[in-house]
Amino acid sequence: MSDKPENAPEHCPGTTSEEAGKASSCEGCPNQKICTSGALRAPDPDIEKVKERMANIKHKILVLSGKGGVGKSTFSAHLARGLSCDESRQIALLDIDICGPSIPRMVGLEGEQVHQSGSGWSPVYVEDNLAVMSVGFLLASPDDAVIWRGPKKNGLIKQFLRDVDWGEVDYLVVDTPPGTSDEHISIVQYLSCTHVDGAVVITTPQEVSLLDVRKEINFCRKVKLPIIGIVENMSGFVCPKCKTESKIFPPTTGGAEKMATDMNVPFLGKLPLDPRIGRCCDEGKSFLAELPDSPAAVAYTEIIEKIILHCG
Amino acid sequence: MSASTEPSTENRADNNFESVKHVILVLSGKGGVGKSTVATQIALGLQLTGKKVGLLDIDLCGPSTPTMLQLEDQDIHQCTQGWVPVFTDSSQTLAVMSIGFLLNNRDDAVVWRGPKKNAMIKQFIEDVSWGERDYLIIDTPPGTSDEHITVVENLRHRENVDGAVLVTTPQAVSVGDVRRELAFCRKTGVRVLGIIENMSGFVCPHCKECTNVFSSGGGEALAIETGVPFLGKHILCYGLLASKY
Repeated sequence: MSDKPENAPEHCPGTTSEEAGKASSCEGCPNQKICTSGALRAPDPDIEKVKERMANIKHKILVLSGKGGVGKSTFSAHLARGLSCDESRQIALLDIDICGPSIPRMVGLEGEQVHQSGSGWSPVYVEDNLAVMSVGFLLASPDDAVIWRGPKKNGLIKQFLRDVDWGEVDYLVVDTPPGTSDEHISIVQYLSCTHVDGAVVITTPQEVSLLDVRKEINFCRKVKLPIIGIVENMSGFVCPKCKTESKIFPPTTGGAEKMATDMNVPFLGKLPLDPRIGRCCDEGKSFLAELPDSPAAVAYTEIIEKIILHCG
Repeated sequence: MSASTEPSTENRADNNFESVKHVILVLSGKGGVGKSTVATQIALGLQLTGKKVGLLDIDLCGPSTPTMLQLEDQDIHQCTQGWVPVFTDSSQTLAVMSIGFLLNNRDDAVVWRGPKKNAMIKQFIEDVSWGERDYLIIDTPPGTSDEHITVVENLRHRENVDGAVLVTTPQAVSVGDVRRELAFCRKTGVRVLGIIENMSGFVCPHCKECTNVFSSGGGEALAIETGVPFLGKHILCYGLLASKY
Protein backbone atom coordinates (compact mmCIF):
# COMPACT_ATOMS: atom_id res chain seq x y z
CA MET A 1 0.00 0.00 0.00
CA SER A 2 2.57 2.54 -1.21
CA ASP A 3 1.97 6.31 -1.13
CA LYS A 4 3.75 6.65 -4.48
CA PRO A 5 1.26 7.58 -7.22
CA GLU A 6 1.29 5.65 -10.48
CA ASN A 7 2.55 8.71 -12.40
CA ALA A 8 5.35 9.48 -9.93
CA PRO A 9 9.01 9.37 -10.95
CA GLU A 10 11.21 6.43 -10.03
CA HIS A 11 12.71 7.88 -6.83
CA CYS A 12 9.54 9.48 -5.53
CA PRO A 13 9.99 9.99 -1.76
CA GLY A 14 6.28 9.25 -1.16
CA THR A 15 3.40 11.69 -0.90
CA THR A 16 3.30 11.55 2.90
CA SER A 17 7.05 11.99 3.37
CA GLU A 18 8.60 15.20 4.74
CA GLU A 19 10.47 15.41 1.43
CA ALA A 20 7.26 15.26 -0.62
CA GLY A 21 7.49 17.78 -3.43
CA LYS A 22 10.91 18.97 -2.31
CA ALA A 23 13.25 16.13 -3.29
CA SER A 24 15.33 16.44 -6.45
CA SER A 25 13.36 13.58 -8.02
CA CYS A 26 10.17 15.66 -7.64
CA GLU A 27 11.27 18.08 -10.39
CA GLY A 28 8.89 17.76 -13.31
CA CYS A 29 6.46 15.47 -11.50
CA PRO A 30 2.83 16.45 -12.22
CA ASN A 31 2.02 16.04 -8.50
CA GLN A 32 4.81 18.31 -7.24
CA LYS A 33 2.59 21.31 -6.50
CA ILE A 34 0.09 19.36 -4.44
CA CYS A 35 2.84 17.56 -2.55
CA THR A 36 4.61 20.81 -1.70
CA SER A 37 1.33 22.23 -0.35
CA GLY A 38 1.37 19.54 2.34
CA ALA A 39 -2.26 18.63 1.66
CA LEU A 40 -1.44 14.95 1.26
CA ARG A 41 0.32 14.74 4.61
CA ALA A 42 -2.75 15.92 6.47
CA PRO A 43 -4.75 13.11 8.09
CA ASP A 44 -7.87 12.08 6.16
CA PRO A 45 -10.87 13.50 8.11
CA ASP A 46 -13.01 10.62 6.87
CA ILE A 47 -10.81 8.14 8.72
CA GLU A 48 -11.78 9.80 12.00
CA LYS A 49 -15.46 9.40 11.09
CA VAL A 50 -14.88 5.73 10.17
CA LYS A 51 -13.17 5.26 13.52
CA GLU A 52 -16.20 6.73 15.31
CA ARG A 53 -18.63 4.41 13.51
CA MET A 54 -16.41 1.37 14.06
CA ALA A 55 -16.08 2.16 17.76
CA ASN A 56 -19.69 0.92 18.14
CA ILE A 57 -18.83 -2.41 16.54
CA LYS A 58 -17.35 -5.05 18.82
CA HIS A 59 -16.11 -7.64 16.31
CA LYS A 60 -15.20 -7.29 12.64
CA ILE A 61 -14.75 -10.29 10.35
CA LEU A 62 -13.69 -10.14 6.70
CA VAL A 63 -14.67 -13.02 4.41
CA LEU A 64 -12.03 -13.37 1.70
CA SER A 65 -10.87 -15.63 -1.08
CA GLY A 66 -8.42 -15.15 -3.88
CA LYS A 67 -10.76 -17.29 -5.99
CA GLY A 68 -14.17 -16.43 -7.34
CA GLY A 69 -17.20 -18.65 -6.96
CA VAL A 70 -16.03 -20.58 -3.89
CA GLY A 71 -18.92 -19.43 -1.72
CA LYS A 72 -17.77 -16.24 0.00
CA SER A 73 -21.16 -14.53 -0.23
CA THR A 74 -23.00 -17.75 0.65
CA PHE A 75 -20.76 -18.15 3.69
CA SER A 76 -21.02 -14.47 4.67
CA ALA A 77 -24.80 -14.55 4.48
CA HIS A 78 -25.03 -17.74 6.53
CA LEU A 79 -22.40 -16.61 9.03
CA ALA A 80 -24.44 -13.46 9.60
CA ARG A 81 -27.68 -15.47 9.86
CA GLY A 82 -26.08 -17.99 12.19
CA LEU A 83 -24.74 -15.25 14.46
CA SER A 84 -28.14 -13.54 14.50
CA CYS A 85 -29.86 -16.73 15.78
CA ASP A 86 -28.97 -15.41 19.22
CA GLU A 87 -31.48 -12.55 19.37
CA SER A 88 -29.45 -10.71 21.98
CA ARG A 89 -26.74 -10.12 19.35
CA GLN A 90 -26.84 -7.30 16.84
CA ILE A 91 -25.31 -8.32 13.48
CA ALA A 92 -24.25 -6.21 10.50
CA LEU A 93 -23.49 -7.60 7.04
CA LEU A 94 -21.57 -5.34 4.64
CA ASP A 95 -21.20 -6.36 0.98
CA ILE A 96 -18.25 -4.61 -0.68
CA ASP A 97 -18.45 -6.59 -3.93
CA ILE A 98 -19.30 -3.51 -5.98
CA CYS A 99 -19.47 -5.19 -9.40
CA GLY A 100 -21.22 -8.38 -8.35
CA PRO A 101 -23.32 -7.71 -5.23
CA SER A 102 -24.93 -11.05 -4.38
CA ILE A 103 -25.92 -10.41 -0.77
CA PRO A 104 -29.28 -8.64 -1.35
CA ARG A 105 -30.65 -11.63 -3.28
CA MET A 106 -29.18 -14.16 -0.84
CA VAL A 107 -30.87 -12.61 2.17
CA GLY A 108 -34.16 -11.98 0.39
CA LEU A 109 -33.75 -8.20 0.13
CA GLU A 110 -33.45 -7.75 -3.64
CA GLY A 111 -35.11 -4.54 -4.78
CA GLU A 112 -34.84 -2.84 -1.40
CA GLN A 113 -33.46 0.68 -1.27
CA VAL A 114 -31.27 2.56 1.17
CA HIS A 115 -32.76 5.46 3.14
CA GLN A 116 -30.99 8.52 4.44
CA SER A 117 -31.50 9.72 7.96
CA GLY A 118 -30.03 12.47 10.08
CA SER A 119 -27.45 10.07 11.41
CA GLY A 120 -26.39 8.70 8.02
CA TRP A 121 -27.46 5.88 5.72
CA SER A 122 -29.88 3.41 7.22
CA PRO A 123 -28.99 -0.20 6.45
CA VAL A 124 -31.72 -2.59 5.35
CA TYR A 125 -32.93 -5.06 7.99
CA VAL A 126 -33.47 -8.77 7.34
CA GLU A 127 -34.42 -9.35 10.95
CA ASP A 128 -34.60 -6.93 13.87
CA ASN A 129 -31.04 -7.85 14.75
CA LEU A 130 -29.55 -8.34 11.26
CA ALA A 131 -28.78 -5.27 9.12
CA VAL A 132 -27.36 -5.32 5.61
CA MET A 133 -25.67 -2.83 3.28
CA SER A 134 -24.72 -3.40 -0.36
CA VAL A 135 -24.31 -1.40 -3.57
CA GLY A 136 -27.20 -3.58 -4.73
CA PHE A 137 -29.53 -1.34 -2.70
CA LEU A 138 -28.26 1.74 -4.55
CA LEU A 139 -29.00 0.47 -8.06
CA ALA A 140 -32.15 1.53 -9.90
CA SER A 141 -32.42 -2.02 -11.24
CA PRO A 142 -30.68 -5.26 -10.15
CA ASP A 143 -29.57 -5.66 -13.80
CA ASP A 144 -27.62 -2.39 -13.82
CA ALA A 145 -23.89 -2.88 -14.32
CA VAL A 146 -21.53 -0.97 -12.04
CA ILE A 147 -18.74 -0.15 -14.48
CA TRP A 148 -16.32 1.61 -12.16
CA ARG A 149 -12.58 1.80 -11.97
CA GLY A 150 -10.75 1.37 -8.68
CA PRO A 151 -10.87 4.92 -7.28
CA LYS A 152 -14.67 5.13 -7.53
CA LYS A 153 -15.07 1.72 -5.88
CA ASN A 154 -12.73 2.82 -3.08
CA GLY A 155 -14.83 5.95 -2.59
CA LEU A 156 -18.01 3.94 -2.11
CA ILE A 157 -16.36 1.53 0.30
CA LYS A 158 -15.17 4.48 2.37
CA GLN A 159 -18.67 5.93 2.25
CA PHE A 160 -20.13 2.64 3.47
CA LEU A 161 -17.79 2.66 6.45
CA ARG A 162 -18.24 6.36 7.17
CA ASP A 163 -21.93 6.92 6.54
CA VAL A 164 -23.84 3.74 7.37
CA ASP A 165 -25.49 4.08 10.77
CA TRP A 166 -25.30 0.50 12.06
CA GLY A 167 -25.84 1.51 15.67
CA GLU A 168 -24.35 -0.71 18.36
CA VAL A 169 -23.25 -3.95 16.72
CA ASP A 170 -21.73 -7.15 18.12
CA TYR A 171 -20.45 -8.57 14.80
CA LEU A 172 -19.77 -6.90 11.45
CA VAL A 173 -19.30 -9.44 8.63
CA VAL A 174 -17.73 -8.00 5.46
CA ASP A 175 -18.26 -9.91 2.22
CA THR A 176 -15.62 -9.17 -0.43
CA PRO A 177 -15.13 -9.85 -4.15
CA PRO A 178 -12.40 -12.29 -5.24
CA GLY A 179 -8.85 -11.02 -5.57
CA THR A 180 -6.23 -8.87 -3.90
CA SER A 181 -6.95 -5.48 -5.42
CA ASP A 182 -8.61 -2.13 -4.73
CA GLU A 183 -11.48 -3.37 -2.57
CA HIS A 184 -9.21 -5.49 -0.39
CA ILE A 185 -6.45 -2.92 -0.04
CA SER A 186 -9.03 -0.24 0.75
CA ILE A 187 -11.06 -2.15 3.33
CA VAL A 188 -7.88 -3.09 5.20
CA GLN A 189 -6.58 0.47 4.97
CA TYR A 190 -9.83 2.09 6.14
CA LEU A 191 -10.24 -0.38 9.00
CA SER A 192 -6.61 -0.03 10.09
CA CYS A 193 -7.75 2.68 12.53
CA THR A 194 -9.78 0.05 14.39
CA HIS A 195 -9.42 -3.52 15.65
CA VAL A 196 -10.27 -6.23 13.11
CA ASP A 197 -10.69 -9.74 14.54
CA GLY A 198 -9.49 -11.25 11.29
CA ALA A 199 -10.32 -12.93 8.04
CA VAL A 200 -12.10 -16.15 7.23
CA VAL A 201 -10.69 -17.44 3.96
CA ILE A 202 -12.94 -19.59 1.80
CA THR A 203 -11.75 -22.07 -0.79
CA THR A 204 -12.88 -25.13 -2.70
CA PRO A 205 -10.68 -28.24 -2.61
CA GLN A 206 -9.08 -28.17 -6.05
CA GLU A 207 -5.59 -26.86 -6.81
CA VAL A 208 -6.80 -24.07 -9.13
CA SER A 209 -8.63 -22.57 -6.12
CA LEU A 210 -5.86 -23.26 -3.62
CA LEU A 211 -3.42 -21.49 -5.94
CA ASP A 212 -5.39 -18.26 -5.62
CA VAL A 213 -6.12 -18.77 -1.92
CA ARG A 214 -2.44 -19.13 -1.03
CA LYS A 215 -2.00 -15.70 -2.62
CA GLU A 216 -4.84 -14.37 -0.46
CA ILE A 217 -3.18 -15.77 2.67
CA ASN A 218 0.05 -14.05 1.66
CA PHE A 219 -1.91 -10.84 1.10
CA CYS A 220 -3.29 -11.13 4.65
CA ARG A 221 0.23 -11.58 5.99
CA LYS A 222 1.52 -8.64 3.95
CA VAL A 223 -1.15 -6.30 5.35
CA LYS A 224 -0.96 -7.85 8.85
CA LEU A 225 -4.56 -9.02 8.82
CA PRO A 226 -4.99 -11.95 11.25
CA ILE A 227 -6.41 -15.11 9.74
CA ILE A 228 -9.20 -16.68 11.79
CA GLY A 229 -9.03 -19.75 9.57
CA ILE A 230 -9.71 -21.50 6.28
CA VAL A 231 -13.03 -23.06 5.29
CA GLU A 232 -13.15 -25.71 2.57
CA ASN A 233 -16.47 -25.29 0.77
CA MET A 234 -18.08 -27.68 -1.76
CA SER A 235 -16.00 -30.34 -0.10
CA GLY A 236 -17.91 -33.36 -1.27
CA PHE A 237 -21.23 -34.28 -2.84
CA VAL A 238 -23.48 -37.13 -1.77
CA CYS A 239 -25.45 -38.49 -4.71
CA PRO A 240 -29.15 -38.47 -3.75
CA LYS A 241 -29.66 -41.74 -5.68
CA CYS A 242 -26.81 -44.04 -4.64
CA LYS A 243 -25.69 -42.09 -1.52
CA THR A 244 -22.03 -42.38 -2.55
CA GLU A 245 -19.87 -39.35 -1.94
CA SER A 246 -17.99 -37.80 -4.89
CA LYS A 247 -15.37 -35.12 -4.76
CA ILE A 248 -16.76 -32.87 -7.50
CA PHE A 249 -13.75 -30.57 -7.10
CA PRO A 250 -11.04 -33.15 -6.45
CA PRO A 251 -8.38 -32.27 -3.85
CA THR A 252 -5.56 -33.51 -6.06
CA THR A 253 -2.98 -31.61 -3.98
CA GLY A 254 -4.42 -32.42 -0.56
CA GLY A 255 -7.21 -29.86 -0.37
CA ALA A 256 -7.57 -26.97 2.03
CA GLU A 257 -6.69 -28.91 5.16
CA LYS A 258 -3.21 -29.73 3.86
CA MET A 259 -2.78 -26.17 2.58
CA ALA A 260 -3.72 -24.84 6.02
CA THR A 261 -1.11 -27.10 7.64
CA ASP A 262 1.54 -26.15 5.07
CA MET A 263 0.87 -22.43 5.55
CA ASN A 264 0.44 -22.68 9.32
CA VAL A 265 -3.08 -21.25 9.46
CA PRO A 266 -6.05 -22.71 11.37
CA PHE A 267 -8.44 -24.98 9.49
CA LEU A 268 -12.04 -24.28 10.49
CA GLY A 269 -13.77 -27.13 8.70
CA LYS A 270 -15.35 -28.54 5.57
CA LEU A 271 -18.76 -27.73 4.11
CA PRO A 272 -20.34 -30.27 1.78
CA LEU A 273 -21.91 -29.32 -1.55
CA ASP A 274 -25.66 -29.51 -0.97
CA PRO A 275 -27.72 -28.31 -3.98
CA ARG A 276 -30.32 -27.01 -1.53
CA ILE A 277 -27.89 -24.35 -0.31
CA GLY A 278 -27.74 -22.76 -3.77
CA ARG A 279 -31.53 -22.93 -4.06
CA CYS A 280 -31.95 -21.23 -0.69
CA CYS A 281 -29.56 -18.48 -1.78
CA ASP A 282 -31.48 -18.01 -5.02
CA GLU A 283 -34.70 -17.70 -3.02
CA GLY A 284 -33.25 -15.48 -0.32
CA LYS A 285 -33.84 -18.03 2.43
CA SER A 286 -31.62 -19.18 5.27
CA PHE A 287 -30.38 -22.74 4.66
CA LEU A 288 -29.67 -22.99 8.37
CA ALA A 289 -33.33 -22.25 9.18
CA GLU A 290 -34.82 -24.34 6.33
CA LEU A 291 -32.74 -27.51 6.86
CA PRO A 292 -31.17 -27.28 10.32
CA ASP A 293 -30.49 -31.02 10.65
CA SER A 294 -28.74 -31.44 7.31
CA PRO A 295 -25.03 -32.32 7.37
CA ALA A 296 -24.20 -28.97 5.76
CA ALA A 297 -26.13 -26.98 8.38
CA VAL A 298 -24.44 -28.94 11.18
CA ALA A 299 -21.04 -28.23 9.61
CA TYR A 300 -21.88 -24.52 9.26
CA THR A 301 -22.90 -24.32 12.92
CA GLU A 302 -19.64 -25.94 14.06
CA ILE A 303 -17.57 -23.51 12.00
CA ILE A 304 -19.55 -20.50 13.24
CA GLU A 305 -18.95 -21.60 16.83
CA LYS A 306 -15.20 -21.75 16.18
CA ILE A 307 -15.32 -18.20 14.79
CA ILE A 308 -17.22 -16.95 17.86
CA LEU A 309 -14.62 -18.63 20.07
CA HIS A 310 -11.79 -16.94 18.19
CA CYS A 311 -13.40 -13.51 18.52
CA GLY A 312 -13.76 -14.01 22.25
CA MET B 1 19.74 5.32 -32.59
CA SER B 2 17.72 6.09 -35.70
CA ALA B 3 13.92 6.20 -35.62
CA SER B 4 13.67 3.17 -37.88
CA THR B 5 15.64 0.65 -35.76
CA GLU B 6 12.85 0.12 -33.19
CA PRO B 7 9.15 0.22 -33.98
CA SER B 8 7.26 2.99 -32.14
CA THR B 9 4.91 1.83 -29.39
CA GLU B 10 1.84 2.49 -31.53
CA ASN B 11 3.28 0.70 -34.58
CA ARG B 12 4.45 -2.21 -32.45
CA ALA B 13 0.98 -2.58 -30.90
CA ASP B 14 -0.63 -2.48 -34.32
CA ASN B 15 1.91 -4.94 -35.75
CA ASN B 16 1.45 -7.35 -32.88
CA PHE B 17 -2.31 -7.27 -33.20
CA GLU B 18 -2.59 -7.09 -36.98
CA SER B 19 -1.38 -10.67 -37.27
CA VAL B 20 -4.37 -11.89 -35.20
CA LYS B 21 -7.44 -12.65 -37.32
CA HIS B 22 -10.12 -13.08 -34.63
CA VAL B 23 -10.26 -11.87 -31.02
CA ILE B 24 -12.77 -13.41 -28.62
CA LEU B 25 -13.26 -12.29 -25.01
CA VAL B 26 -14.47 -14.75 -22.37
CA LEU B 27 -16.45 -12.83 -19.76
CA SER B 28 -18.69 -13.33 -16.77
CA GLY B 29 -19.92 -11.01 -14.10
CA LYS B 30 -19.63 -13.96 -11.72
CA GLY B 31 -16.53 -15.60 -10.34
CA GLY B 32 -15.95 -19.33 -10.37
CA VAL B 33 -18.30 -20.19 -13.24
CA GLY B 34 -15.54 -21.62 -15.39
CA LYS B 35 -14.30 -18.72 -17.53
CA SER B 36 -10.69 -19.90 -17.48
CA THR B 37 -11.72 -23.51 -18.05
CA VAL B 38 -13.94 -22.50 -20.99
CA ALA B 39 -11.27 -20.16 -22.42
CA THR B 40 -8.64 -22.89 -22.19
CA GLN B 41 -10.94 -25.52 -23.70
CA ILE B 42 -11.91 -23.19 -26.57
CA ALA B 43 -8.22 -22.52 -27.26
CA LEU B 44 -7.31 -26.21 -27.13
CA GLY B 45 -10.32 -27.13 -29.26
CA LEU B 46 -9.38 -24.61 -31.94
CA GLN B 47 -5.79 -25.84 -31.85
CA LEU B 48 -7.02 -29.40 -32.46
CA THR B 49 -8.80 -28.25 -35.61
CA GLY B 50 -5.49 -26.99 -36.94
CA LYS B 51 -5.82 -23.33 -36.06
CA LYS B 52 -3.04 -21.15 -34.66
CA VAL B 53 -4.33 -19.83 -31.35
CA GLY B 54 -3.28 -17.31 -28.73
CA LEU B 55 -4.61 -17.36 -25.15
CA LEU B 56 -4.24 -14.15 -23.15
CA ASP B 57 -5.01 -14.33 -19.41
CA ILE B 58 -5.72 -10.87 -18.00
CA ASP B 59 -6.77 -12.09 -14.55
CA LEU B 60 -3.84 -10.50 -12.73
CA CYS B 61 -4.82 -11.44 -9.16
CA GLY B 62 -5.82 -15.02 -9.92
CA PRO B 63 -4.05 -16.24 -13.08
CA SER B 64 -5.21 -19.82 -13.68
CA THR B 65 -4.05 -20.42 -17.25
CA PRO B 66 -0.44 -21.51 -16.60
CA THR B 67 -1.69 -24.12 -14.09
CA MET B 68 -4.46 -25.36 -16.36
CA LEU B 69 -2.04 -25.88 -19.25
CA GLN B 70 0.75 -27.24 -17.02
CA LEU B 71 3.07 -24.39 -18.01
CA GLU B 72 3.87 -23.08 -14.54
CA ASP B 73 7.62 -23.36 -14.80
CA GLN B 74 7.82 -21.45 -18.09
CA ASP B 75 9.34 -17.98 -18.53
CA ILE B 76 8.64 -15.12 -20.90
CA HIS B 77 11.41 -13.84 -23.17
CA GLN B 78 11.90 -10.57 -25.02
CA CYS B 79 12.35 -9.99 -28.74
CA THR B 80 12.48 -6.81 -30.83
CA GLN B 81 8.70 -6.94 -31.35
CA GLY B 82 8.11 -7.23 -27.62
CA TRP B 83 7.39 -10.23 -25.38
CA VAL B 84 7.51 -13.75 -26.71
CA PRO B 85 4.53 -15.73 -25.41
CA VAL B 86 4.90 -19.21 -23.96
CA PHE B 87 4.16 -22.05 -26.38
CA THR B 88 2.52 -25.26 -25.21
CA ASP B 89 4.63 -27.37 -27.56
CA SER B 90 7.15 -27.22 -30.39
CA SER B 91 4.43 -26.71 -33.00
CA GLN B 92 3.89 -23.24 -31.48
CA THR B 93 0.24 -23.44 -32.50
CA LEU B 94 -0.95 -22.44 -29.01
CA ALA B 95 0.72 -19.37 -27.52
CA VAL B 96 -0.08 -18.24 -23.98
CA MET B 97 0.49 -15.07 -21.98
CA SER B 98 -0.30 -14.59 -18.30
CA ILE B 99 1.07 -12.68 -15.34
CA GLY B 100 1.54 -16.13 -13.85
CA PHE B 101 4.72 -16.42 -15.93
CA LEU B 102 6.14 -13.25 -14.38
CA LEU B 103 5.80 -14.26 -10.73
CA ASN B 104 8.93 -15.36 -8.86
CA ASN B 105 6.88 -17.68 -6.71
CA ARG B 106 3.48 -19.19 -7.59
CA ASP B 107 2.10 -18.13 -4.20
CA ASP B 108 3.09 -14.45 -4.62
CA ALA B 109 0.07 -12.18 -4.36
CA VAL B 110 -0.30 -9.42 -6.95
CA VAL B 111 -1.58 -6.67 -4.68
CA TRP B 112 -2.17 -3.91 -7.21
CA ARG B 113 -4.69 -1.12 -7.45
CA GLY B 114 -6.44 -0.37 -10.73
CA PRO B 115 -3.91 1.93 -12.46
CA LYS B 116 -1.10 -0.61 -12.18
CA LYS B 117 -3.37 -3.40 -13.42
CA ASN B 118 -4.42 -1.22 -16.35
CA ALA B 119 -0.79 -0.59 -17.32
CA MET B 120 -0.04 -4.32 -17.28
CA ILE B 121 -3.06 -5.18 -19.41
CA LYS B 122 -2.17 -2.48 -21.90
CA GLN B 123 1.31 -3.99 -22.08
CA PHE B 124 -0.11 -7.47 -22.63
CA ILE B 125 -2.25 -6.19 -25.48
CA GLU B 126 0.46 -4.08 -27.16
CA ASP B 127 3.71 -5.80 -26.40
CA VAL B 128 3.12 -9.50 -26.90
CA SER B 129 4.47 -10.72 -30.22
CA TRP B 130 1.72 -13.21 -31.07
CA GLY B 131 2.83 -13.87 -34.62
CA GLU B 132 0.27 -15.18 -37.07
CA ARG B 133 -2.78 -16.26 -35.07
CA ASP B 134 -6.18 -17.32 -36.34
CA TYR B 135 -7.73 -16.73 -32.92
CA LEU B 136 -6.81 -14.86 -29.76
CA ILE B 137 -8.91 -15.88 -26.75
CA ILE B 138 -8.84 -13.42 -23.86
CA ASP B 139 -9.63 -14.84 -20.42
CA THR B 140 -10.82 -12.22 -17.92
CA PRO B 141 -11.42 -12.01 -14.16
CA PRO B 142 -15.00 -11.67 -12.89
CA GLY B 143 -16.60 -8.22 -12.80
CA THR B 144 -17.03 -5.05 -14.78
CA SER B 145 -14.10 -3.01 -13.54
CA ASP B 146 -10.59 -1.88 -14.43
CA GLU B 147 -9.49 -4.97 -16.35
CA HIS B 148 -12.67 -5.07 -18.43
CA ILE B 149 -12.81 -1.34 -19.11
CA THR B 150 -9.12 -1.28 -20.07
CA VAL B 151 -9.25 -4.28 -22.37
CA VAL B 152 -12.35 -2.97 -24.16
CA GLU B 153 -10.81 0.50 -24.50
CA ASN B 154 -7.65 -0.93 -26.02
CA LEU B 155 -9.54 -3.15 -28.44
CA ARG B 156 -12.23 -0.64 -29.36
CA HIS B 157 -10.72 0.67 -32.58
CA ARG B 158 -9.52 -2.70 -33.83
CA GLU B 159 -11.26 -4.51 -36.68
CA ASN B 160 -10.49 -8.05 -35.60
CA VAL B 161 -12.57 -8.24 -32.39
CA ASP B 162 -15.43 -10.69 -32.96
CA GLY B 163 -17.04 -10.26 -29.56
CA ALA B 164 -17.51 -11.98 -26.23
CA VAL B 165 -18.64 -15.35 -24.96
CA LEU B 166 -20.38 -15.08 -21.59
CA VAL B 167 -20.14 -17.95 -19.13
CA THR B 168 -22.60 -18.56 -16.32
CA THR B 169 -23.68 -21.33 -14.01
CA PRO B 170 -27.40 -22.02 -13.86
CA GLN B 171 -28.39 -20.56 -10.52
CA ALA B 172 -30.07 -17.17 -10.15
CA VAL B 173 -27.21 -15.64 -8.16
CA SER B 174 -24.83 -16.24 -11.11
CA VAL B 175 -27.34 -15.28 -13.77
CA GLY B 176 -27.89 -11.99 -11.90
CA ASP B 177 -24.23 -11.10 -12.24
CA VAL B 178 -24.15 -12.16 -15.88
CA ARG B 179 -27.11 -9.86 -16.61
CA ARG B 180 -24.85 -7.04 -15.43
CA GLU B 181 -22.09 -8.28 -17.71
CA LEU B 182 -24.57 -8.18 -20.61
CA ALA B 183 -25.35 -4.58 -19.65
CA PHE B 184 -21.59 -3.89 -19.67
CA CYS B 185 -21.30 -5.35 -23.19
CA ARG B 186 -24.23 -3.27 -24.40
CA LYS B 187 -22.83 -0.09 -22.88
CA THR B 188 -19.32 -0.63 -24.25
CA GLY B 189 -20.38 -1.89 -27.68
CA VAL B 190 -18.98 -5.42 -27.28
CA ARG B 191 -20.90 -7.90 -29.43
CA VAL B 192 -22.14 -10.91 -27.45
CA LEU B 193 -21.47 -14.09 -29.39
CA GLY B 194 -23.44 -16.17 -26.94
CA ILE B 195 -23.94 -17.58 -23.46
CA ILE B 196 -22.61 -20.88 -22.15
CA GLU B 197 -24.31 -22.51 -19.18
CA ASN B 198 -21.52 -24.30 -17.33
CA MET B 199 -21.71 -26.81 -14.46
CA SER B 200 -25.21 -27.64 -15.63
CA GLY B 201 -25.52 -30.89 -13.74
CA PHE B 202 -23.15 -33.38 -12.19
CA VAL B 203 -23.13 -36.98 -13.37
CA CYS B 204 -22.37 -39.30 -10.48
CA PRO B 205 -19.38 -41.44 -11.53
CA HIS B 206 -20.82 -44.35 -9.55
CA CYS B 207 -24.47 -44.60 -10.67
CA LYS B 208 -24.54 -42.09 -13.58
CA GLU B 209 -27.45 -40.17 -12.03
CA CYS B 210 -27.35 -36.50 -13.05
CA THR B 211 -28.01 -34.03 -10.22
CA ASN B 212 -28.46 -30.31 -10.80
CA VAL B 213 -26.03 -29.22 -8.09
CA PHE B 214 -26.26 -25.56 -9.14
CA SER B 215 -29.83 -25.75 -10.50
CA SER B 216 -30.35 -25.93 -14.28
CA GLY B 217 -31.58 -23.86 -17.15
CA GLY B 218 -30.80 -20.40 -15.83
CA GLY B 219 -28.25 -19.58 -18.51
CA GLU B 220 -30.50 -20.84 -21.29
CA ALA B 221 -33.44 -18.83 -19.93
CA LEU B 222 -31.26 -15.71 -19.80
CA ALA B 223 -30.21 -16.20 -23.41
CA ILE B 224 -33.82 -16.57 -24.55
CA GLU B 225 -34.95 -13.59 -22.49
CA THR B 226 -32.22 -11.28 -23.80
CA GLY B 227 -32.18 -12.50 -27.40
CA VAL B 228 -28.57 -13.64 -27.18
CA PRO B 229 -27.47 -16.93 -28.85
CA PHE B 230 -27.35 -19.87 -26.45
CA LEU B 231 -24.16 -21.80 -27.13
CA GLY B 232 -25.00 -24.79 -24.97
CA LYS B 233 -24.90 -26.48 -21.59
CA HIS B 234 -21.79 -28.02 -20.20
CA ILE B 235 -22.00 -30.53 -17.39
CA LEU B 236 -19.52 -30.88 -14.54
CA CYS B 237 -17.15 -33.42 -15.97
CA TYR B 238 -15.39 -35.39 -13.24
CA GLY B 239 -12.60 -36.47 -15.57
CA LEU B 240 -11.82 -32.93 -16.65
CA LEU B 241 -11.69 -31.64 -13.09
CA ALA B 242 -9.52 -34.51 -11.89
CA SER B 243 -7.06 -34.23 -14.77
CA LYS B 244 -6.61 -30.50 -15.02
CA TYR B 245 -6.34 -29.52 -11.40
